[in-house]
Amino acid sequence: MDYLLTEEQVMLRDLCREITVEKIIPVAGELDKSEKFPWDVVKVMAESDIFGVYIDEKYGGMGGGLMELCIAIEEFSRGCAGIALAFSATALGTDPIILFGNEEQKEKYLPDIASGKKLAAFGITEPAAGSDASAMQTTAKKDDDHYILNGTKHFITNGGDAEIYTIVAMTNKSKGARGASIFIVEKDTPGFTFGKKEDKMGIRGSSTRELIFTDCKVPKENLIGREGQGFIIAMRTFDMSRPGIGAQALGIAQGSLDVAVKYAKERKQFGKPISSFQGIQFMLADMATQIEAARALVYASARQIDAGAKNLAKDSAMAKMFASDTAMKVSTDAVQILGGYGYMHEYPAEKFMRDAKITQIYEGTNQIQRNIIALNLIKETSK
Amino acid sequence: MNIIVSIKQVPDTTQVRIDPETNTLIREGVESIINPFDMYAIEEGVRLKEKHGGKTIAITMGPPQAEAALKEAISMGCDEGYLISDRAFAGSDTLATGYTLAMAVKKIKDFDIILCGKQASDGDTAQVGPGIATQLDIPQVTYVKKIEDIKDKVATVERMTEEGFEIVKTSLPCLLTVVKEINEPRIPSLKGRMKAKKAIIPTWKAIDLDVDEVRLGLTGSPTWVSKIFTPPPRPKGKIFEGEPEDTTTQLTDLLKDRLV
Repeated sequence: MDYLLTEEQVMLRDLCREITVEKIIPVAGELDKSEKFPWDVVKVMAESDIFGVYIDEKYGGMGGGLMELCIAIEEFSRGCAGIALAFSATALGTDPIILFGNEEQKEKYLPDIASGKKLAAFGITEPAAGSDASAMQTTAKKDDDHYILNGTKHFITNGGDAEIYTIVAMTNKSKGARGASIFIVEKDTPGFTFGKKEDKMGIRGSSTRELIFTDCKVPKENLIGREGQGFIIAMRTFDMSRPGIGAQALGIAQGSLDVAVKYAKERKQFGKPISSFQGIQFMLADMATQIEAARALVYASARQIDAGAKNLAKDSAMAKMFASDTAMKVSTDAVQILGGYGYMHEYPAEKFMRDAKITQIYEGTNQIQRNIIALNLIKETSK
Repeated sequence: MNIIVSIKQVPDTTQVRIDPETNTLIREGVESIINPFDMYAIEEGVRLKEKHGGKTIAITMGPPQAEAALKEAISMGCDEGYLISDRAFAGSDTLATGYTLAMAVKKIKDFDIILCGKQASDGDTAQVGPGIATQLDIPQVTYVKKIEDIKDKVATVERMTEEGFEIVKTSLPCLLTVVKEINEPRIPSLKGRMKAKKAIIPTWKAIDLDVDEVRLGLTGSPTWVSKIFTPPPRPKGKIFEGEPEDTTTQLTDLLKDRLV
């Protein structure tokens, strides 16, 4: 389907596709086994100006928006969603700075992120605070011209490999959700260490670690926005980042379909390619249609955000939820089409299925997305 | 340091077909690409500029659509591109092509190194690079796999041979033809692609170059292609089947019969 991309967007898509085919697909299987961080691919992405696509030209970026970010994430995820995360989780970690950072913070941090010299990460999740982010235990206590951070974040994508972290911590616990704030914490800050690297079901080419803060002194200039704005910034960040998860899911779904179609045309049973059987054809037709519907939703939500739309929560949630549910279904069907081969590590279908699962879980489980959609729906209709 | 990269646009090698009637390549519907060996020359030219400063200029001789090859070279980091294109150049063999490109190099004037791929994937002659050097009367080193060092107007390079490699020192300006071992061509960056899109490629015709017209095109070409054909596929070998004792007997019988 033609989504009427601009000439620059087509150029970006072609470039990302080239990187995916030449640099990502050849190493995806190996990194899935070894769980090594994809530094070689990160270098290629950086040299290709990819890390700056959504960052203002003023800070060395390419001046694009969420749509450009989604195009890149989708293409990379079509090859490997884990490798794509080095890029997309950096965008998540950068969003709070772009959205609420002051000029000094933007000038200090965005150029190195735009050039790909430094990766970023976002830290909100804690062992006891997942969907209920207000149960957060990490604290930030004002001490003269510093904040002292204490606590543990876990399941942090790019944790340990990123240089720049945006961290949510409680500056005033008694105020609950209104007592949270966001800080920029640099990797080598004393008192900031990393815990174990997680052994995951999927997205294994991406690193996931604990972040441990022990009397970690962060300069007060590193507070993003104002004290107490932490949750608002986090929620706005997620409104921006959810179409990106949708794009990642979309790439996984498309990658699965690519594998399934190729296999169905080559695999012969009963003397014919299995693509000639209606049972397979109907599955492929459903997969392709679901992907196209997900793509339309992801692109539409990204485009309206770029156009300056307000009240993004519901549409962003829809894009993330629908695309990730589609990725799970399509990748499962792709394994089914490949049959016994689909179940083997030697073929890429099962990896897409393992990678798809996380998109239904992180940046708000799909149950939380449904909460957001329903709450906004009820609110809109009761005006 | 100024570097000139001489490139050629060729049909995508995976799709080459020949018209048996006219003995020419069928160009309709076949995608054109930069000669794969020239990609290494472009990459090396851009790397030299990045290391030593100066600029990298891509040139090509060909039909108007060869502009696309120069734009691609710019997307990889070349600063300028010049298309040498004129009906008068049509039918050039390697001698006339080398002469014409050498005249284009003379027009650019200020250069230290000319880089070429070791050969083009369509003609496979490997003559145009050395031809340019000869016309310009500058040293040439072919099959370069590594540029070790450039200083004080002397380049030290490693040159592939069938047995191994030679280390060669040459004065500048010089011409080097490169092999694929020399580097890994980059994927053109987003900024590079945008620059290429906007780039204006000047076309140089015969009148723009200080050329002797009898040395151009068909008249300037002492060689011509009289016939191109696809060699018939090698016939299938004979396969002996059965027990080893029987098949060895069959084989020795056949060999005795035919040869001994």
